[in-house]
Amino acid sequence: MAVINKANKANYAKSRQSFLCLLIWLVFSLSLQAAVLEEDRADVLYHSYDGGGMKIDGPAILLRKKASESVALSAYYYVDTISSASVDVLSTASAYSEERQEGQLGIEYLHDKTTMALSIRQSDEDDYLANSVNFNVSHDTFGDLTNLSLGLAFSDNEIRRNGDDLFEEQSQQYRIRAGISQILTKNLSIALNIESVADEGYLNNPYRTVRYIDSSVPAGVGYQSEVYPNTRNSFSTKLSASYYLPYRAALFLHYRHFSDSWKIDANDIELSYRHPFGKTVELELKVRYYQQTQASFYSDLFSHQNAQNFLARDKELSDFDDLTLGLGVTYLIPKQFSISDWRSEVSLQWDYITFNYNNFRDPTAEAALGEEPLYGFSAHVIRAFFSVYF
Amino acid sequence: MLTNYFTRALFIAFSTSLLALTGCAQPIEPWVKPYERQNLADPIMRTNRHPIANMHIAHVYEARESARGAEGTGGGGCGCN
Repeated sequence: MAVINKANKANYAKSRQSFLCLLIWLVFSLSLQAAVLEEDRADVLYHSYDGGGMKIDGPAILLRKKASESVALSAYYYVDTISSASVDVLSTASAYSEERQEGQLGIEYLHDKTTMALSIRQSDEDDYLANSVNFNVSHDTFGDLTNLSLGLAFSDNEIRRNGDDLFEEQSQQYRIRAGISQILTKNLSIALNIESVADEGYLNNPYRTVRYIDSSVPAGVGYQSEVYPNTRNSFSTKLSASYYLPYRAALFLHYRHFSDSWKIDANDIELSYRHPFGKTVELELKVRYYQQTQASFYSDLFSHQNAQNFLARDKELSDFDDLTLGLGVTYLIPKQFSISDWRSEVSLQWDYITFNYNNFRDPTAEAALGEEPLYGFSAHVIRAFFSVYF
Repeated sequence: MLTNYFTRALFIAFSTSLLALTGCAQPIEPWVKPYERQNLADPIMRTNRHPIANMHIAHVYEARESARGAEGTGGGGCGCN
């Protein structure tokens, strides 16, 4: 037995040495060609989300232009027009509508094989203002077979409550991420990305309530505000693979695992397939499955008022799964119909998402308290956009 | 609070760099040459072919699901509940 252990140890040491050699060369090998910035482009998009009593739509614009061979500038503007009568809003409040605007400005600097990107972002709505800054650095190495990246982000958020001028809360979010992408064969590349997110401050939704059994009132149910912890830390790992099929088509696979300090564990897996027809049409099919466990302080119905320190009945913190089926078509506009001979294309993408909640009951249903049917809904998500490369 | 999650992220992110200090005797050559990468360079292979659409779908999922991070699209706070 001792001999076997010794042999195993020797094999382990050998394989560990090979693994170390591979990693070191991935990180530090010299490369031979300079990288280039991505091409200039402009995208104009209309987006729409319709499901679960919520309708959200609006435009978005993305511009990207090289100022020189080593500097590129980008700007992004996005609008959400929201009208909500979702199940949790209807059970304790009335339908509302609001608008959210988001703007981003970014600069990218390329030096040899290293790209540095800095962006600032603001998201503004009646009761929520988020300002964030984001920095990424990526480096091509190992004969450009490997790309390493590292990123940091900080967001400062101001939370208000409509109809209550005295309410004002703050929260901050810190993100750190790293990634490695690797060409494995002439047709296959893979990527591993990790990201840690830490939140602190006021993390509740200021409008949402939990429900509890209250025998002192005729309805038998009472409501109180949600109480969340003031911190949340999470860690995500995503593994992706892209494969070129011999008849010129592409297959993409993504798997992500997520866990956080609120005891939520989640997994999602996505498979998509892109297939060109002739020189002008591309078809894309997608299927994605997501599943999560519930937060440790979530309950659909608490046994009494102030049942525990932290209280939540947000369905996004409950145990649920969702399935997305997606279809996309891109039409590459022939050059003779393009502006100034610029290459351009028009795309339409449609996603159908079904959500199934395993511990969130529909409080609007006619049934005894705590015995209502489990909630579920479906949503249609549409993106129509025009892209031009100049 | 920068607790275990950040420690884990930092450890994985920098461990490869620390390994370089140990040195290595047998270099590995890049095995896919630049002239063999035309398939991977084909526009249909670009995961970020439609960045504006990717940003939208990432936002939709972040608003409806608890998982966040590692999407590859940046991310950031919003009151999108």
